[in-house]
Amino acid sequence: MTGKFGHQRFLIQSALRRIFASPLGGILNILVIGIALSLPAGVYTLLKNAQTLAEQLPGKPEISLYLTTKSNDQTIESIRTRLAQHPEIAGSLFISRDDALKKMQQDSSLGDVIEALDRNPLPDAFVVTPRVDSAAVLKKLRDELAQWDGIALAQLDSDWAYKLEALIALGRMLALILGTLLSLALIAVTFNTIRLQILTQREEIEVARLIGATNAFIRQPFLFFGAIQGLLGGIATLLILAAGIRLSNVPLADVALLYASDFRLQALGWGDSLSLLLFSLYLGWLGAWLSVSRHLSRIRPQ
Amino acid sequence: MIRFNQVSKRYPGGYEALKNVSFNIAEGEMVFLTGHSGAGKSTLLKLIAAIEHPNSGSVLVNNQNVSVLKEAALPYLRRNLGLVFQDHKLLFDRSVFDNVLLPLQICGFDPRESSKRVRAALDKVGLLKREKLNPIALSGGEQQRLCIARAIVNRPAILLADEPTGNLDADYSREIMEIFRSFHQVGATLLISTHDQSVLEDEGVRRITLKSGALV
Repeated sequence: MTGKFGHQRFLIQSALRRIFASPLGGILNILVIGIALSLPAGVYTLLKNAQTLAEQLPGKPEISLYLTTKSNDQTIESIRTRLAQHPEIAGSLFISRDDALKKMQQDSSLGDVIEALDRNPLPDAFVVTPRVDSAAVLKKLRDELAQWDGIALAQLDSDWAYKLEALIALGRMLALILGTLLSLALIAVTFNTIRLQILTQREEIEVARLIGATNAFIRQPFLFFGAIQGLLGGIATLLILAAGIRLSNVPLADVALLYASDFRLQALGWGDSLSLLLFSLYLGWLGAWLSVSRHLSRIRPQ
Repeated sequence: MIRFNQVSKRYPGGYEALKNVSFNIAEGEMVFLTGHSGAGKSTLLKLIAAIEHPNSGSVLVNNQNVSVLKEAALPYLRRNLGLVFQDHKLLFDRSVFDNVLLPLQICGFDPRESSKRVRAALDKVGLLKREKLNPIALSGGEQQRLCIARAIVNRPAILLADEPTGNLDADYSREIMEIFRSFHQVGATLLISTHDQSVLEDEGVRRITLKSGALV
């Protein structure tokens, strides 16, 4: 066993030595990988934060029912009963047109305009709190209530919450597309570096073949090279994200203050960070594997 | 140990390097392969190591027909061969020690056992004190001895040497032939290609002579 571990340590050391054989080139390669991965990872981080923000907001959906102007006490009473009996509705609040007008006169600067009207233009209304909060069910409920006798308009008040949800879904798709494209870029970068590595180590490969090295033995150092380069690229990604979050949080604090919030961007958690590192390691390994499979068989001892 | 049966080798373009060559080398034998440059000596050695394949005939090493070996089986054939090249084929990105270590790493040897073996091989060729140097710092003769150390560290049954004294003066040649002879004395089979007259003066060593690809 010591033999096996000793050899692996040797492979890791020589991979590091080769990555930094020309320090600038090595660092630039790692930076390319880091930047490529930090785009989708950054979008993902923003989405996670947006989701937390959405969850923090008071967001019980409500449906406002505006009654027709012809409504009388009888229709109001029948609607009240139907609402009370409806299984998907938790509660309802009646706001009469007179109350609504008074509230409007007090609250808004439209007081004078309303004063000038010769009659109350506002309808009676119910504010309904549903039991459910899934967008599709709420929409169905709203459509159902809109059909009732005496109701002119049914309005879903938390539309914005679903708009945000839809935006987050869109963002997820964007992150996925970006992630896929830039993963391919990472594989391409590794593919090319390994191709150059194979060319510069052509002699060594030939000698190793002459001395009886199997393909697996020859492939190994290149796979380690790719995997370690990928891992270092992943670490660069985490550093770029951390720096980006720190920098953004300074102006964000001012924005949040305007909304009386202490919201700050949070970095990726341990689990996500570890996944990112493993993923970039795997991509590097994959790029190396593809490159080695393609280029190694062409080198034959003379 | 090494048997050629009516072996012919033609390179693409029609050049005929070997014509109907047959011979047999017994286990533990030491043989010189001689002839002018271009006579086919290198081709003959390459056929034994399966670097090239014959167009007709068969090459048997240890009763194994190497010309029909599968690609995946070649590494295991080559581990039984020690190869010494005229151009040394050393690796200049690592120390003298690590050059000799390479064949043992390839075979997956235990590192501690490997170190002992590497030092023993370096001692045998007189390079023990230079193990930390880069081979580029060695003279031509020392580089050739390093190449020999790498070829014997694995204790192969067969040692093939292609013009091992090709570029060396007489003193260096003698040193190198002595290393070969001591390896022969412990039972290895040796095939050494050379056109070096000072080496060939050695009586009592069998010769296989090639002329324009045919045995003389």
